[in-house]
Amino acid sequence: MTTYLLTGARVLGEAPTDVLIADGKIAALGSDLTQGAEAADAARDAQRIEAEGLVLLPGLVDLHTHLREPGREDAETVASGTRAAALGGFTCVHAMANTSPVADTAGVVEQVWRLGRDAGYADVRPVGAVTVGLAGEQLAELGAMAQSAAAVRVFSDDGRCVADPVVMRRALEYAKAFDAVIAQHAQEPRLTATAQMHEGVVSAELGLAGWPAVAEEAIIARDVLLAEHVGSRLHVLHLSTAGSVEIVRWAKTRGIDVTAEATPHHLYLTDELVRSYDPVFKVNPPLRTEADVEAVRAGLADGTIDVVGTDHAPHPREDKDCEWAAAAFGMTGLETALSVVQAAMVETGRMTWADVARVMSFEPARIGRVADQGRPIAVGEPANLTLVDPDARRVVVPQEQATASMNSPFGGMELPGRVVATFLHGRPTVLDGRLVEGR
Amino acid sequence: MKHLLSAGDLSRSEAVTILDTTAAMAATQEREIKKLPTLRGRTVVNLFFEDSTRTRISFETAAKRLSADVINFSARGSSVSKGESLKDTALTLQAMGADAVVIRHSASGAPHVLARSGWMTGAVLNAGDGTHQHPTQALLDAYTLRRHLVGLRGGVDPVGHGLDGQHVVIVGDILHSRVARSNVELLHTLGARVTLVAPPTLVPVGVEPWTCEVSYDFDQVLDTEPDAVMMLRVQRERMGGGGFFPSALEYSRSYGLDARRFARLPDHAIVMHPGPMNRGLEISADAADSPRSVIVEQVGNGVAVRMAALYLLLAGAGDASPPGHAENPAPIEGAA
Repeated sequence: MTTYLLTGARVLGEAPTDVLIADGKIAALGSDLTQGAEAADAARDAQRIEAEGLVLLPGLVDLHTHLREPGREDAETVASGTRAAALGGFTCVHAMANTSPVADTAGVVEQVWRLGRDAGYADVRPVGAVTVGLAGEQLAELGAMAQSAAAVRVFSDDGRCVADPVVMRRALEYAKAFDAVIAQHAQEPRLTATAQMHEGVVSAELGLAGWPAVAEEAIIARDVLLAEHVGSRLHVLHLSTAGSVEIVRWAKTRGIDVTAEATPHHLYLTDELVRSYDPVFKVNPPLRTEADVEAVRAGLADGTIDVVGTDHAPHPREDKDCEWAAAAFGMTGLETALSVVQAAMVETGRMTWADVARVMSFEPARIGRVADQGRPIAVGEPANLTLVDPDARRVVVPQEQATASMNSPFGGMELPGRVVATFLHGRPTVLDGRLVEGR
Repeated sequence: MKHLLSAGDLSRSEAVTILDTTAAMAATQEREIKKLPTLRGRTVVNLFFEDSTRTRISFETAAKRLSADVINFSARGSSVSKGESLKDTALTLQAMGADAVVIRHSASGAPHVLARSGWMTGAVLNAGDGTHQHPTQALLDAYTLRRHLVGLRGGVDPVGHGLDGQHVVIVGDILHSRVARSNVELLHTLGARVTLVAPPTLVPVGVEPWTCEVSYDFDQVLDTEPDAVMMLRVQRERMGGGGFFPSALEYSRSYGLDARRFARLPDHAIVMHPGPMNRGLEISADAADSPRSVIVEQVGNGVAVRMAALYLLLAGAGDASPPGHAENPAPIEGAA
């Protein structure tokens, strides 16, 4: 296994340090490692990567990725999706369960887990469905999925809400047996039956059926109270409104074991973009108002929101090349997430790079119970690392991305930051900003 | 003007130009021979993804009176019902050389997608999209209002005028109405004061920035002696489970233009309806059939407005002769 020496990297944005990577682990840290005693030989033989001015982060962990395989390989495969992940700086992604067939059995989650292992570009942790066929009626075999080779610890019907309060209560209780978490897509279905976009000033003008904030907030309020009642862990996916931030903040004050996620697009884009009727901006939950974006940023900065999850949702062109009402919900995000977080949180002075590591690596790994991801950058830890050039700027070109789909809402926008290298268990998946082939 | 997508896109001078052109077109329609050579050799496609015989016939008549070739493309009788996309339909029309596409679609924004997609180069004319816009309906309403309230009542030639100082009340299902959205924008642009009246369930969340007033009390609004009352169609299917109002009777009692409310209107006020009407629900026969009802005239003005819109979109650049050329009854200026 090749050893690598990163010279002058700013670990979590701090002072420059050399980092030696050997045998899948961080072998040494310090200034001028080639001059030292023990590590010197290994460091002198290592492949050098000039990292002066670059920020070194723990490999990013996404709790919310749609890899679409099995079933919708026209939109994405485990291979194409994890290549996109590596380019975005991710070393671990959680594959959502709304595939075809649905990942509601041990067989399907093991298949996805194996496809990820074979592709080799990121650790793929399958998410299991909460209910059979995502139908919201009968619990799927959570135990079998937890005990399978895929060792599922996150369950979600994402794309649909577990709307029945009794089913949600049972899921929260049952998951305690294997320390798993229920990740809820908070959307009251009756209040959003025909919904097309955020309900407010813009929807009123555009004549598109509204997706009211209360449809998200009512479910989050119910679920935190259920989690408190049964003493379970709850994870709120893609929280998007100011009211949702308030409810989660209140729940945490009360000591309820709840964590929450925000997506890059809800940190950066608003419903004003829908005025174009371009379905690339159609997503669920919908883009909200500027006040909501501000509240979500504040919630992420103060720790109310624990993680950034991409909700990377690839769709084939024909599902976006049409009138708004006929288009699919969802946006790609793996290859832009870190840049958007830098633009929305770091460059606005609201977060440090250490905070970015917390919300995009440490906390997602902790919530997903991923033992060897989201670890501190310290000697002896697994070498899952992401090297970022924070001073680079780039214009997003969806056609040039590794994801198999082109529905990026950031196409044509200039964003800061570029992933220079990604290391997965000590091996580079990305070097010089390009995928390392033949893994 | 490359496309006519939304009433809100029109400036006051553009809107007045369309109304003045409509007046010129209407004058030609009183002649024995109604057909003008203006759009000879041009192809206008009526692309209807949603049933509306009235609107389609109105556009078809307008295009034919201007000597354009007209193709009626109804989604129900075409491959769209077999799953052909808007994109493929547009590419087909482009290949057939459509100079203008008149599109009616149940999805809000479909005409905008068509106009901005690059799938076709012709002019796009919105004939009603979902619950968004219906600009030619608003233009024909404005034309009708101007003819009666500025022309006949004020005793002046309305050409060149807007609707300054006129108070128009629009009553009914505002939430689902493209007619209301288009009229609020256009009538405001032309200087009118607009009041929307509806039960709160049929007023959209987010209505606050609209350039109009909103009331839940029709009788109170009638106290202000409006110059025109426009009644919107209320669909009975909106009453189902989780419905927008409890019963047709309750709706009619609170928001219908019945004989009692009709009698309270000022003498000069006109009664409008975009059709088709639910007699006995939102409007009584007393109001609909009275001499102050301009509902039938609205239909006729619809043809003239659509002639004006097609003329300005297709011939406005100066590459076709104005209506009636030598015997042109009114000069057409600012056609762009």
